[in-house]
Amino acid sequence: MALLEVRDLRTSFRTDDGVVKAVDGVDFSIEKGKTLGIVGESGCGKSVTCLTIMGLNNRRNTISSGQALFKDEDLLTMNSRRLRDVRGNDIAMIFQDPMTSLNPVHSVGRQLVEAILLHQDVTKKAGKARSLELLKAVGIPRADRRIDDYPHQFSGGMRQRVMIAMALVNDPDLLIADEPTTALDVTTQAQILALMNRLQQEFGSAIIIITHDLGVVAEVADDVVVMYAGQIVERGPVDCIFTRPHHPYAWGLLGSLPRLDTDVERLVQIPGQPPSLLNPPRGCRFHPRCPYVMEVCRTDHPALLPLSDDADHLQRCHLDEETKDREAAKLLAGTLAEAS
Amino acid sequence: MLQYLVRRLLWAAVLFLAVTVVTYVIFFIIPANPAQQAAGKAATTEKIEQVEKFLGLDQPVYVQYYRFMKRLIVDQSLGRSFATRQDVNDIIFDAAPITASLVFGGVFFWMLLAVPIGILSALRPRSLLDRASMTFVLIGISAHPVWIGLIFVYFFSFKWQITPISGYCDIVNGSTGCGGPIDWAYHMALPWATFAILFAATYVRMIRANVMETLNEDYVRTARAKGAPESQVIRSHVLRNSMLAVVTMLGMDIGLALGGAVFTETVYGLPGLGRVAIESINNFDLPITQGVVVFGTFSIIVFNLFVDLFYAWIDPRIRLA
Repeated sequence: MALLEVRDLRTSFRTDDGVVKAVDGVDFSIEKGKTLGIVGESGCGKSVTCLTIMGLNNRRNTISSGQALFKDEDLLTMNSRRLRDVRGNDIAMIFQDPMTSLNPVHSVGRQLVEAILLHQDVTKKAGKARSLELLKAVGIPRADRRIDDYPHQFSGGMRQRVMIAMALVNDPDLLIADEPTTALDVTTQAQILALMNRLQQEFGSAIIIITHDLGVVAEVADDVVVMYAGQIVERGPVDCIFTRPHHPYAWGLLGSLPRLDTDVERLVQIPGQPPSLLNPPRGCRFHPRCPYVMEVCRTDHPALLPLSDDADHLQRCHLDEETKDREAAKLLAGTLAEAS
Repeated sequence: MLQYLVRRLLWAAVLFLAVTVVTYVIFFIIPANPAQQAAGKAATTEKIEQVEKFLGLDQPVYVQYYRFMKRLIVDQSLGRSFATRQDVNDIIFDAAPITASLVFGGVFFWMLLAVPIGILSALRPRSLLDRASMTFVLIGISAHPVWIGLIFVYFFSFKWQITPISGYCDIVNGSTGCGGPIDWAYHMALPWATFAILFAATYVRMIRANVMETLNEDYVRTARAKGAPESQVIRSHVLRNSMLAVVTMLGMDIGLALGGAVFTETVYGLPGLGRVAIESINNFDLPITQGVVVFGTFSIIVFNLFVDLFYAWIDPRIRLA
């Protein structure tokens, strides 16, 4: 049984300009102790997917449907009391910007203790001891002295460590990390990823990591979901996506990665902008930007289907498998740049 | 912290000098003769000159200013009234508690109104309460305190006879024939209401905007993600952060409030500092005007200092900067 199983998740926002379908029928699942990477451009719905699972969207203008079964309980229809018990306790979340995600007027210790006292029946003193333990575990130097410091006294990387510590104080089964390294500089990114990997071994939590950085996915994920315009365009074990990508959008993402092993004149870029979700294009949502566009792409919306020889690897594209395998091979050899 | 205090105090001294100099200069630009006023309409030219000399008005402005400062610093005295020879210290001392009652009572009531209304309308934007409070805000911002005062007096005092029309009673039993906390509050009710409405309006709007802004902060989402119930999110994460700006405004508005007190006191016939100031200006009684200015400046400086310290207490980023 999957730890979290998301079925046909849809989230729309009512705005002054109309209804924005930010997430439009997303399915995925994650097993205990595994890591799932969700990749895609800004605005493709990856953050909204996770905020919907956590019930953190603004209720006033959001409509959600579908199911998010966590240990067989649907998070979307759960009453708010039960949901609060789950949040921070069974499912914890780390956000993109550690600079703004901690409350500036409370000491970090106080914020960690708050997270503990919300879910555990312990004294403040015990809570503080546990907080200190976690701050040490995430590698904050002189944690015993820094526990009473305020967020502005920490650097970005240290703040993200505090956020991770805060997410882990209650031993969650699932950790959702929304672009945890995006706001950090490259060396700090590597440290934070290594830390998350190490803590996953130690605590056994499953992790959903949202990112636009395929490098991060390659490093930490077991399974990958590639999202485009509110939908999944490719999904499968991490090896498949990197060795046999089958969607032109995934090729674009892979081709835009700088590589050391091949000589590429120019990095591939995906032309154009992601479509407006107020009024997504007819047919395949990627067709206006796709170099392989065919007549059928403009009229028929492709379904998310498994490959004929690999049932775990799903993709949403009208191209025939032969062409896709050929183009993927070219891309991996570093020659797609010339071809397109 | 000590360095901060010293800097603040030095700055206060500069401010004090500037304000008193400006008051002096303005007073001497006005084409009027305080000695004539003091000596009476029937006084002869000789008599007026005699009075002028007696009051020191024959001296140049800077000598008068020097004498005033010397008296203030050496004797802690604000001098005597030109017209009545009353000790200005006594006048201020008698009037200050009345203004203080008005201002502090007013602040209390306006915050009592503004904080809950502001927060509730931020939590339920576009609700009935929000719309109603916005109407109230519009009236409060647009109306002049004198007009509000007159309307209140007409209905509450004249038509329904719930409150006294004017006058003041001391909070401790005074010589005025009435006194004690109940009489005091009874006489202050309308002035407080007038005063509160004036400022509550602005504050409702400000608190609403601040709370709405804070609700969108990332750390509020973090608190919700931790599983905190909404009441705790509001109390522990939203309120304190959204009150930072309110406290700053409150510090700045104390000066404005003293100005507002002038109108309110006039309408309700409260013998506070505002009325003393207006009477003294009408009589060209410089020592009293100057006394009110000195006292007012001093109070504002003290309040601002207090607010700054309070601000540092609620916001650690300032405390440690």
